[in-house]
Amino acid sequence: MTLAQLPVLEVVVPLIAAPLTLILRRASVAWAITMAACAFSFVAAVLLAAEVARVGPLSYHIGSWAPPWGIEYRVDALSAFVLVLVSGIGTAVAPFAWRSVAAELRSDQIYLFYTMYCLCFAGLLGMTITGDAFNLFVFMEIASLSSYVLIALGRDRRALLASFQYLILGTIGATFFVIGVGLLFLKTGTLNLADMAVRLEGLTNERSVLAALAFITVGMSLKLALFPLHLWLPNAYTYAPSAVTALLAATATKVSVYVLLRFYFGVFGLHLVTQVLPMPEILMGLSILAIVTASLVALWQTDLKRLFAYSSVAQIGYITLGVSMASLDGLTASIVHLFNHGITKGALFLLLGIVALHAGNTQFASARGLARSMPITALGITLAGLSLIGVPGTAGFVSKWYLVLAALEAGRWWLAALVVATSLIAVAYVWRFVEAAYLSPPTAQTPAAGDTPMSMLVPAWLLVAACIWFGFDTSFTVEGARRAATLLLGAGP
Amino acid sequence: MSGAQLIAAAVVVPALGAVGIALTGRWPNVRESVTLATAALLFACVLALVPQVMAGTRPQLFVLELLPGIALGFRVEPLGMLFALIASGLWIVNSIYSIGYMRGNKEPHQTRFYSCFAFALAATMGIAYAANLLTLFLFYEALTLITYPLVTHHGDAQARSGGRTYLGVLLGTSIVLLLPAIIATWWIAGTLEFLPGGILRPAPSNATVGLLLALFMFGIGKAALMPFHRWLPAAMVAPTPVSALLHAVAVVKAGVFAVVKVIVYVFGVDALAATGRADWLPVVAGFTIIAASVVALRSDNLKRRLAYSTVSQLSYVVLAAAILAPLSVIGAVLHIAAHAVGKITLFFAAGAIYTAAHKTEVSQLDGIGRRMPWTMGAFAVGVLSMVGLPPAAGFVSKWYMLAGALQAAHWTAVAVIVASTLLNAAYFVPIVYRAFFRAPQGKTHGEAPLPMVLALLASALATLAFFVFPQVPLALARALPGS
Repeated sequence: MTLAQLPVLEVVVPLIAAPLTLILRRASVAWAITMAACAFSFVAAVLLAAEVARVGPLSYHIGSWAPPWGIEYRVDALSAFVLVLVSGIGTAVAPFAWRSVAAELRSDQIYLFYTMYCLCFAGLLGMTITGDAFNLFVFMEIASLSSYVLIALGRDRRALLASFQYLILGTIGATFFVIGVGLLFLKTGTLNLADMAVRLEGLTNERSVLAALAFITVGMSLKLALFPLHLWLPNAYTYAPSAVTALLAATATKVSVYVLLRFYFGVFGLHLVTQVLPMPEILMGLSILAIVTASLVALWQTDLKRLFAYSSVAQIGYITLGVSMASLDGLTASIVHLFNHGITKGALFLLLGIVALHAGNTQFASARGLARSMPITALGITLAGLSLIGVPGTAGFVSKWYLVLAALEAGRWWLAALVVATSLIAVAYVWRFVEAAYLSPPTAQTPAAGDTPMSMLVPAWLLVAACIWFGFDTSFTVEGARRAATLLLGAGP
Repeated sequence: MSGAQLIAAAVVVPALGAVGIALTGRWPNVRESVTLATAALLFACVLALVPQVMAGTRPQLFVLELLPGIALGFRVEPLGMLFALIASGLWIVNSIYSIGYMRGNKEPHQTRFYSCFAFALAATMGIAYAANLLTLFLFYEALTLITYPLVTHHGDAQARSGGRTYLGVLLGTSIVLLLPAIIATWWIAGTLEFLPGGILRPAPSNATVGLLLALFMFGIGKAALMPFHRWLPAAMVAPTPVSALLHAVAVVKAGVFAVVKVIVYVFGVDALAATGRADWLPVVAGFTIIAASVVALRSDNLKRRLAYSTVSQLSYVVLAAAILAPLSVIGAVLHIAAHAVGKITLFFAAGAIYTAAHKTEVSQLDGIGRRMPWTMGAFAVGVLSMVGLPPAAGFVSKWYMLAGALQAAHWTAVAVIVASTLLNAAYFVPIVYRAFFRAPQGKTHGEAPLPMVLALLASALATLAFFVFPQVPLALARALPGS
């Protein structure tokens, strides 16, 4: 019985947790509820993924209303994979938040933080699991609105401005998305994604369908921070509280990529996206620009959070580069990197949260001589940085392998060369940190050695360990991504 | 123990040793005992495999599947056996030397030093035993990263800039050139295993083979083919034991080892010769030999001169392998071992001079042979080996290289070997002359601490022994397919 209800419980449990934290108000109670809800969703996601791998896609009808009239929750190889990432990160960040939030937020705001955290978490999971276009939009708004609040909670006053910037651009993105969905609804008369895909067959040359594709592309590109629509991201990541940056960087943009993949290959179909409109070329051009410019900009940052925020823009470029190749290996690379980059950035931002706890900021000057006062944290950042570069034996290497392989298969030698050459820029910005932490004398800003709470150190290091684990054991990531890519390329009309 | 267990032990023992060293850091004598015990145990594990490999079996170990179809796996063949023997054997000698050097010079961060050193040996063993290109690449990159703290040991501006060059060139070449070459090989051949006769089937076009060869040869930056040789002189900022074992033996030999391995087991000697796309390689290697020798000739700093001599000697191995003649391949393999024992002796002597007399420049060495007769005697043996004269190791390998070049009627190679022999003599013999036949200057001093002298005598003896008893290396070299 319970297993059959899991798809809905996955989302409903954190969604109910949100008002509970609001009502009960005590910070410790709110945290405990959040922790329990996140952990439940993670366990449920893992069970769902195992079930999908065993029996194939699961379909859950909300209120027993059969699709396409009722809302369908659909767990297949792709959504199960993303659910595991999102719920896993949410569960890792929640224990970290306990001490980190207590240090960074006003005490009367803490319960509100957990309310928003639960909402954001539920929204991201809902976007992933739903098979209904309008329901997806609703969850997107839940996740977005709560993330605006979460960012605004940052202790720096500039957090307000960053949140406002994100609010404006995010709202434009969501509006574009809903216009696209509206056009599709006009044409097909359905909101169920699978049904929509069937009904779109034969309509591929309709101007309104092409317009819908354009609106959804732009809307989601804003949300996933594709260059040059990434302008909200660096500020949002820099000024948000540490726990929020880790959660958003590891999950929010990834779920948006998921939505784009779902619409491109699951609704519009390969033919429309690659033959009728030149989406691959456009995506490829923008991805390359994202990788090159954002990596170069990252090199010059003086704040570590900002540095890794720009690095995120570049890494998203690698993900969309994989999408742009629209081949089995390209999509595998894209989906694998979605996961691998999620855990890598999650680890990095959590570790930076520890630096922020002791130093009060994440300026480069605070990292000087860090290896002496905080050796465990400095080592963690270095190891996660190696995964960001894509050194063999780390998760990042696996992504790079498939990306280069996909480029070679497509006969694009120059693209393979570009992928490997740009990872040298990642070497350069990661090594700026390594040199500062290990080879520079401490400055007045360097935090003194202090006790880091285990509740922060353990989750951060679990993610660092995951970066290495998934560099050696690729059975979950690569096989999961391959199944998802096969599904996307085979299931689309 | 079975072959698989011995392979696992060779990688795990030094890694565990590194952890043990880190844990016993507070008690220096215990810590150094852990290093020596680990080194001895590792050598025993490597030695125990020799009879099996000599008998023709190829012990192997499958650990896990890294990527679908590509294993993290090990297989010991003659070339890897020889490399592992040399590296692990010299680690024992080098550890004794390190104790004298690090304590004699009161170096800081000794625990980190010994610990990274042990990890570097674990990575070296992984390279030596790797069964496929991906496993080799994994340990190759690990070796680069774990030796970075050793290169930047002193933590000053010079170390930082040396470290940048070191990491920039080694990571840069491996990521930008070697990795695409490996992925392209996987794409073409559908396998990355090292197999006799090569794996490039169906045979790609000659142009593709040429491009792949260039990506591999320049991508293996540790082989220091010009123009990617700058990291090696940059690495000389490290304490001398690092230069001795890692930048004369483990790291650089990992480079030329990978070059030979790729030519023999990925391209296949005969298959590569048939394409005719390897003709440029002897020219590049020959240029590197001569150019590096000229730089060495002009360097007054002793360690820098030794580093450029290493650049030059590494290209001997590449040159010999690239001639693609059976005898020259034997020469290449022998030279990996012969250069190792000779060059480590020279570095040991350079470090001993620095410790005892605080001298780093060749021009300061007048008469030092009278004050440090054992050290400079060993140095002279090393010089004999570098020039390629009997009764030293270098003679054996040079003999085979020259024979191979003549066999293939490769006159460019013959000319390069002869010319560089003269150059080697020109930049090494004057040091010996200066040391023994000029009057000493400055304060009097004696030999370096005893552990250092013992170590350098041991390696000098090994250099001589290689000439007298070349049977084991020769047998291993002959067992290589294509030789």
